[in-house]
Amino acid sequence: MYKLEVTDLHKRYGSHEVLKGVSLAAKAGDVISIIGSSGSGKSTFLRCINLLEQPHAGQILLNGEALKLLPGKDGALRAADDKQLQRLRSRLAMVFQHFNLWAHMSVLENVMEAPVHVLGMSKAEARDKAEHYLQKVGVAHRKAAYPAHMSGGEQQRVAIARALAMEPEVMLFDEPTSALDPELVGDVLKVMRDLADEGRTMVVVTHEMGFAREVSNGLLFLHQGLVEEQGDPREVLVNPQSQRLQQFLSGSLK
Amino acid sequence: MIFDYTVIWDSLPLYFGGVLVTLKLLAIALFFGLLLAIPLGLMRTSRSLWVNGPAWLYTYVIRGTPMLVQLFLVYYGLAQFEAVRDSVLWPYLSNATFCACLAFAINTSAYSAEILAGSLKATPHGEIEAAKAMGMSRAKLYRRILLPSALRRALPQYSNEVIMMLHTTSLASIVTLIDITGAARTVSSQYYLPFEAFITAGLFYLCLTFILVRLFKLAERRWLAYLAPRRS
Amino acid sequence: MLNGYGSSIIEGAWLTLILALTSMAVAIVLGLIGAAFRLSPVRWLALLGETYSTVIRGIPDLVLILLIFYGGQDMVNRVAPMLGYDEYIDINPFIAGVFTMGFIFGAYLSETFRGAFMAIPKGQAEAGAAYGMSGLQVFMRILVPQMIRFAIPGFTNNWLVLTKATALISVVGLQDMMFKAKSAADATREPFTFYLAVAGLYLVITSVSLLALRYLEKRYSVGTRAAEL
Repeated sequence: MYKLEVTDLHKRYGSHEVLKGVSLAAKAGDVISIIGSSGSGKSTFLRCINLLEQPHAGQILLNGEALKLLPGKDGALRAADDKQLQRLRSRLAMVFQHFNLWAHMSVLENVMEAPVHVLGMSKAEARDKAEHYLQKVGVAHRKAAYPAHMSGGEQQRVAIARALAMEPEVMLFDEPTSALDPELVGDVLKVMRDLADEGRTMVVVTHEMGFAREVSNGLLFLHQGLVEEQGDPREVLVNPQSQRLQQFLSGSLK
Repeated sequence: MIFDYTVIWDSLPLYFGGVLVTLKLLAIALFFGLLLAIPLGLMRTSRSLWVNGPAWLYTYVIRGTPMLVQLFLVYYGLAQFEAVRDSVLWPYLSNATFCACLAFAINTSAYSAEILAGSLKATPHGEIEAAKAMGMSRAKLYRRILLPSALRRALPQYSNEVIMMLHTTSLASIVTLIDITGAARTVSSQYYLPFEAFITAGLFYLCLTFILVRLFKLAERRWLAYLAPRRS
Repeated sequence: MLNGYGSSIIEGAWLTLILALTSMAVAIVLGLIGAAFRLSPVRWLALLGETYSTVIRGIPDLVLILLIFYGGQDMVNRVAPMLGYDEYIDINPFIAGVFTMGFIFGAYLSETFRGAFMAIPKGQAEAGAAYGMSGLQVFMRILVPQMIRFAIPGFTNNWLVLTKATALISVVGLQDMMFKAKSAADATREPFTFYLAVAGLYLVITSVSLLALRYLEKRYSVGTRAAEL
């Protein structure tokens, strides 16, 4: 059974079609990388999964449960049942490119916030979990600090701890290292690699080819809103079949 | 609910007369207020305590007290002193219009001075340096670079001040002047129709406010075009 | 010096203060609702909020006070007979004053709060939604706390304007310090003395307010980088 199944997602902005039918299926323990040039729709696709963007067509299933969708104005699909959307969102956890840690809360408060206020966990239990995961990503010593006083790499690791504290079914990563200084990228990738080794289900939009090749077990190459090529990264990246993927990898397709 | 608008229709000449009075008060107050605000604003940017201090005190007191108090001090308060009553200024100071304009002008001068000072202090430093590097004297620097730039950039905030002043002129009705509000009060007390009378006054002020906002948008388009985002 | 009217003026000052504080409380609630309306994706709510804000800010405070107080009183007494009340209903000046001021400044605050909400980086609310928070949770736990920091300068300005605007309520008979000063001035023929005293009291109120709000601004900047400028 698939943990996460996304079928035939379409999305357009006005008359411009950004996603023309993209599908993805992840079993437990799968780490799927999504790569492509800018404008290929990869971030949009990821953000449609937890309905931060509204697709125009397609299905989203988490553990076999379909997210109920209704067409709204302009044909964009919105959640038919807000409570279901909130529940499913709490079972997915997203790590953003720009971290999006809540500026007015300390690190510890950031990690505890959703478990307490969305999952209804007790403060004591949430605190224990928060400290455990902060320790895991290596920023426990900064638990009383505020996001604005931390480096990008530290903030992103806190964001990962925040996602882990929800103990999600599937973790979604939206270009997690793109906004980081090069020296800090390694720390975050290491944390993500450890998570993959533990057997977590992850979907990662990334530019880091090394991560895609060595850590993930599934790869999607998107080009102009369609899946141009997909498969095991060790094969696809070494022997790309499609010409566009070859161009992308050689750096000429920007 | 019975609304009696025939009375309002008959009273329209009174209201229009009020509009003229309102606009006259506004124009006089703004003119003299701005005239006074320019030297005051310059004083507020001075690093010398002797220059900045008095200006600061002036704007602090004016901006820290209600307009109504200031109006009463000029209109009722000055008459308390025999020296004032015997002076050559008395014909003016016993005139309601003069007193209102004086009080309004003083009030707007303080707010405008602060707006101008803020705008002057926000002048991009590089522009000042360039002027100095070209050998401009201090006076020329102020006249050709600083003031024109500051006055333009102050336009959005000053437009708010002008609209505030428009609203402030309604206080003139409290000292017997028949501006828009004065017209409304007259109608209200004569016909016992306060609701219709004041709604009408409100509509007149809304129209004037919209017109002023429009005018300032046009002014901004003309004089602040160089700051507008690029149209791609 | 104040001919024994000193205590009367102080009483009036106290009323002024209470009026200002109560009105501001009402204004904050209306301002938050107004801002929420204006930022709402529901079109008619946004339109309602914008109309409220534009109309109130386009009419002088004095006219609104006269309209709501005299006009409102008039309306109540026109409608009442239709509902069965035959007696003349007198609206308490203080209640009318609080409602009027709160209503007026709610419109100004909705503008301030709207700007403050819009200054919050979009990702903050997104992260809240992505973790399963309901709209109300995102609003109360993420947006409002951060909005406060951005709203303080505008709020300070509005508070200062409000305290000074309360002087206008004396025109409809509320016995605040302006009213008391006028009574004293008329009785003693010394208007300058009393209005100067009242000016001094207003200056004290505004000065203390400025200091207090400056302190508040420092406290709420705790989550931001020190060298923000």
